[in-house]
Amino acid sequence: MQAVFFVTTFSLTLLLTLSPTSLHAQEKEISPSRQGELIHLLKQDCGSCHGLTLEGGLGPPLLPTDLSGKPPEWLRDVILDGIPNTAMPPWRPILSENEVAWLVKSMLQGLHNGQ
Amino acid sequence: MANKHRFRFTLGVLLASIVITGITGCSQLDVTDLRGTGDMGIVIERAAGNALVVETSHHTQLFRVEGLGNLSHASVVFSRDERYAYVFGRDGGLSKVDILRGRLVKRVVQGGNSIGGAISQDGRLIAVSNYKPGGVKIFDAETLVMLADIPAVYGHDGERSKVVGLVDAPGQRFVFSLWDAGETWVVDIRDPTNPQIRKFRDIGKFPYDGLITPDGRYYIAGLFGEDGLALLDLWNLDAGVKRILGGYGRGEQALPVYKMPHLEGWAAAGDLLFVPAVGRHEVLVIEQKTWQEVGRIAMHGQPVFVMARPDSRQIWVNFAFPNNDTVQVIDVPSQRIIKTLKPGPAVLHMEFTPRGEQIWISVRDKDLIAIYDTETLRQVKTLPADKPSGIFFTSRAHEIGL
Ligand code: HEC
Repeated sequence: MQAVFFVTTFSLTLLLTLSPTSLHAQEKEISPSRQGELIHLLKQDCGSCHGLTLEGGLGPPLLPTDLSGKPPEWLRDVILDGIPNTAMPPWRPILSENEVAWLVKSMLQGLHNGQ
Repeated sequence: MANKHRFRFTLGVLLASIVITGITGCSQLDVTDLRGTGDMGIVIERAAGNALVVETSHHTQLFRVEGLGNLSHASVVFSRDERYAYVFGRDGGLSKVDILRGRLVKRVVQGGNSIGGAISQDGRLIAVSNYKPGGVKIFDAETLVMLADIPAVYGHDGERSKVVGLVDAPGQRFVFSLWDAGETWVVDIRDPTNPQIRKFRDIGKFPYDGLITPDGRYYIAGLFGEDGLALLDLWNLDAGVKRILGGYGRGEQALPVYKMPHLEGWAAAGDLLFVPAVGRHEVLVIEQKTWQEVGRIAMHGQPVFVMARPDSRQIWVNFAFPNNDTVQVIDVPSQRIIKTLKPGPAVLHMEFTPRGEQIWISVRDKDLIAIYDTETLRQVKTLPADKPSGIFFTSRAHEIGL
């Protein structure tokens, strides 16, 4: 119940703060502090399966060389909806589409370790 | 009179010190510095790649050992003399740390991507399980020289599986499971250069971890790809792997799993076994006599570690993201939650002191270790640590499967 309430409020907040314009315009809406949180999530929580530096673990490596050639839209959908019958979970309950788009961009550029 | 006495006394002490210095010479053995390691342990600083050597009697950090590589998901086993810690890092590094001196003794990079390790019954061999290339390697515990390489090959195309749930078992054996292949292998390493492997196929989809009962008899692999657990009686291998708790979540939609649960240690209390339900906010209670589910405890989130206090009176549980700021304590006799604690964001691991009067909890995003009294359930102390993850005390040295 609490969780549902949280998710709802969360999505509402996102709906209110986001304007559904172009991908580029949306990305600008992510505040620097939220960007920090997203990078933290990428390293720590995606990292619990993909490795702390995304070098691979239970899930495949997600370094720029591994991802280059994969369409950003596909990557975004995989992250939002997960991959059925594998351990890759859907992140839609936790991240907004535009946060995921921003994450994909960061992953394609590569994380700088020690960040 | 008094003066004369004091003079004699001083002279005596002086002579005694000269004699002692003479005997010990430069071996640095000062009796006051001698100590055992039974109350010591290791805390992993995940991001920095350090191991803190700690001591639980006075809650102190003794050393910080640096340069152990990428330690996300690091685990540790101890030599049976409780002097050396073997640290298994994510980057395939195997490091041997002298905890008395607080020094890295040796380090080899043995694989591309490792996840765990174990020490043999006789303490002479170290096994490391790897994701990539999938398999297990056996090392001499003294020298870290590799003695055997066991690729986790399955199917027909020579594919290699990620290896999980590696434990030691009586009879100089190691047992582990193959994530991709759904197999459990029992390896006899009495002749370490010629391991004898017995494979059990079709144990279930995606085993994510394994544990062994403290008596060393049963190996249990938890399944991620389907409900249930795979049970192997090591006293009777011919009976094969038996599925238990198949369909514990029948008809219910599992939640997305943001962190794999662990089956580290055996949350057994008397005849009961407590395990995390995958994709559910529940701890399952299994009766060991019948291997049937006898209860479920609704929890705050998806359990990651479900650990019994050494006296088995309580079970402590931490949770997966996004509920990982919380720890809950289950009272075993009533099977009820008696306390919900909020140590802080990203509780990654917990470790009881040898007899369980306290528990150390790593709180990654607060950069500290929180120490609780397990009777009052109150925090007694915190220690600073840089993004701490695993906590491992030397009492593990004498427990089968740890
Ligand atoms: C519980 C484990 C787990 C977590 C947490 C996790 N992943 Fe994954 N992920 C996997 C697995 C396993 C696969 C491979 C699935 C398969 O077999 O195709 C995967 C696949 C992927 C892929 C596809 C890669 C490719 O090249 O095919 C992407 C992209 C990805 N994950 C991104 C993420 C991101 C971003 C996060 C964090 C927001 C994340 N994952 C968190 C387990 C996880």
